[in-house]
Amino acid sequence: MKRKPADLVFTVFTWLSAALTFAALCFLVVYILVNGIPYLKPSLFEWEYNSINVSLMPALLTTVITVVLSLIIAVPLGVFTAIYLTEYAGRGNKLVALVRVTAETLSGIPSIVYGLFGLLFFVTWLKWGFSLLAGTLTLSIMILPLIMRTTEESLKSVPDAFREGAYGLGAGRLRTVFRVVLPSAAPGILAGVILAIGRIVGETAALIYTSGTVAQVPGNLFASGRTLAVHMFALSREGIYTGQAYATSVVLLVMVVVINALSAALARRIGKG
Amino acid sequence: MSGSRLQRLSGAKLQRLRENFMKAVFLISALTAILAVALICLFLFANGLPAIGKIGPIAFFTGTEWSPSDIPPLFGILPMILGSLYVTAGAVAIGVPVGIFTAVFMAKVCPKPLYALLKPVVDLLAGIPSVVYGFFGLVTIVPLVRVLFGGNGSSILAASVLLGLMILPTVIGITESSIRAVPDELYDGAVALGASHERAVYAVILPAAKSGILAAIVLGIGRAIGETMAVIMVAGNQAVIPRSLIKGVRTLTSNIVLEMGYAAELHREALIATGVVLFVFILLINLLFSTLRKEGSQ
Repeated sequence: MKRKPADLVFTVFTWLSAALTFAALCFLVVYILVNGIPYLKPSLFEWEYNSINVSLMPALLTTVITVVLSLIIAVPLGVFTAIYLTEYAGRGNKLVALVRVTAETLSGIPSIVYGLFGLLFFVTWLKWGFSLLAGTLTLSIMILPLIMRTTEESLKSVPDAFREGAYGLGAGRLRTVFRVVLPSAAPGILAGVILAIGRIVGETAALIYTSGTVAQVPGNLFASGRTLAVHMFALSREGIYTGQAYATSVVLLVMVVVINALSAALARRIGKG
Repeated sequence: MSGSRLQRLSGAKLQRLRENFMKAVFLISALTAILAVALICLFLFANGLPAIGKIGPIAFFTGTEWSPSDIPPLFGILPMILGSLYVTAGAVAIGVPVGIFTAVFMAKVCPKPLYALLKPVVDLLAGIPSVVYGFFGLVTIVPLVRVLFGGNGSSILAASVLLGLMILPTVIGITESSIRAVPDELYDGAVALGASHERAVYAVILPAAKSGILAAIVLGIGRAIGETMAVIMVAGNQAVIPRSLIKGVRTLTSNIVLEMGYAAELHREALIATGVVLFVFILLINLLFSTLRKEGSQ
C-alpha cells in the first residue's frame, strides 16, 4: 500500500470534520445547559403567566395540547394513506405515483410557507382567526408526509407470508390489515410518530401566524395560544428575559433529547426484529 | 333453517360492506395529501400573484428598495432574494465540506464504538429546534463576529455559520447513506490495484456516490433557503443589499415573518408574493433533488 502526502491531508480533514461536528453539538448543549439551569426556578413553572413572572407552564401545556390534537388528525390520515398505498393499490397505479410526488413536495416545503398557507386559508379565508385549530391543522399537514413515509416503510417490511397466512386462515383483507399487518408494523409507525412529535415541539415559523402568540392556555379550539418554541422566540425577541429564554431552551433541549432517544430505542428494537 | 341462512348471508354482506367502506376511507385519506398540495398552491398563488401584477414584475423582482411605509410605497424584493442567496451560499460553503468529510468518516473510517457515539449526535443536531439554534447563535456567534470582525455582529457571516451548522445533519445523513450504497467491490478492487484506503475512498467511492452527494447538497440548500426563525435572530434583517460579509441581511423568509404581523392591503399582498417567490425556489430545488435521487438509485 502506497501512502502519499495527499492521503494524510484527506485523513486529517476527515477526522477534523467529524471532530468539529461533534464539538459543535457538545458546545451548544453544554453552553445552553450551563447558562440555563441556574434560571430553572420553580417560579418558571407557575400556572400563571404575567409580565413579572414569564412562566413557561402555559406554553408547555399548549405544546402538549397542540401535539395531541395534531397527532389525532395526522396519524390516522398518514397511516390510512400508507395502508392504501401498500396494501390496496396495485402496482403501477397512477394515483400512487401522484400521492408519492405530492408527499415528497410536502416534505420539502419550509415551515414558513406552511405558516403562510395556514394564515391565508384557516385564519383568513375560513375566518377562524389566530386559533389552536388553525395551528394544529397547519401542523397536521406538515407532519403528514413524515408519518406516511415511516408507516409505509414499516408496512413494507412486514413479510408477505404474514398476509398469506392470514388469508389462508380465512381472514378478509381488512382483518388482515388490522389484526396482522398493523400490529407487526407498530414499532416502526410509533418511531415515526415520535419523530413527528419532535417536529411539532420545535416548530415556530408555522405557528406564529396560525396559532398566534397569546401566552395563556387556550380555553377552546378557536382561542390563540403559543407553544414552548414560540414562547422562547417571543422571550428572546423582547430582549429583557434572556435568563428565562436560556431556561426555556433547556426545557426544549431536554424534550428533544428524550424524544430522540425514544425514537432511536424503538428503531433499534425493529432492527433486532 | 332459512333464518340462519339469512343471517349468514347478511353477515357476508355486512362484511363486504365493511371492506368497501374502509377501502373508501383509505382512498380518501390518500387523497388528502394531493388536496393539501393543491390548496397550498391555490392559496399562495391566488393571493400573491395579483400583487406582483400591481407592483409590476420588474419593480418587484429588480427593485432594490423595500419601503412599505413610503408614499408611494416601494416593494422591491431584490435585497431579500440576494440575502437568501448569500446566506445560503455561505451555509453551503461551510456545511457541505464539513458534512461530506464527516459522512466519509462515519461510513468508512470511524471505529464502531465511535460510530455509536457520533450517530446519535448527528440525529440530535437534526432534532434541535430552530429557535434554540437561533438563540444559541445570538448569544455566541453574533458576539464572536462582533469582536473578531467589527460591526454589530448580526450579519451574513453569523447567519452563514449558523445555517452551515443547521444543514450538517441533512448533508451528513444523505451522503452517508449514498456512500454506503456503493458496492464494496469497488473499494476492494481499488485497494487490490494498489490504492491506499484514502485514495480508494476519495477517488473511487465518492465519485460513485456522486449523484447521492449532489442530492444531499441540494437538500441542504433547500433547508438553508427555507430556514426562518434562526436566521431572523442572527442576520440583522436590514432590507438593503449588503455590501460586506459583516453587514446585516434580510432573507425572503425573514421578510414574511417580520412584517406579516402588521401589514395590510398591498403591503400584505407583497409579503405573500415574497412567499410565492420562496415557494417557487423550493419547488425547483425539490424537483432537482428528486431527479438527482432517481439518478442515484438507478
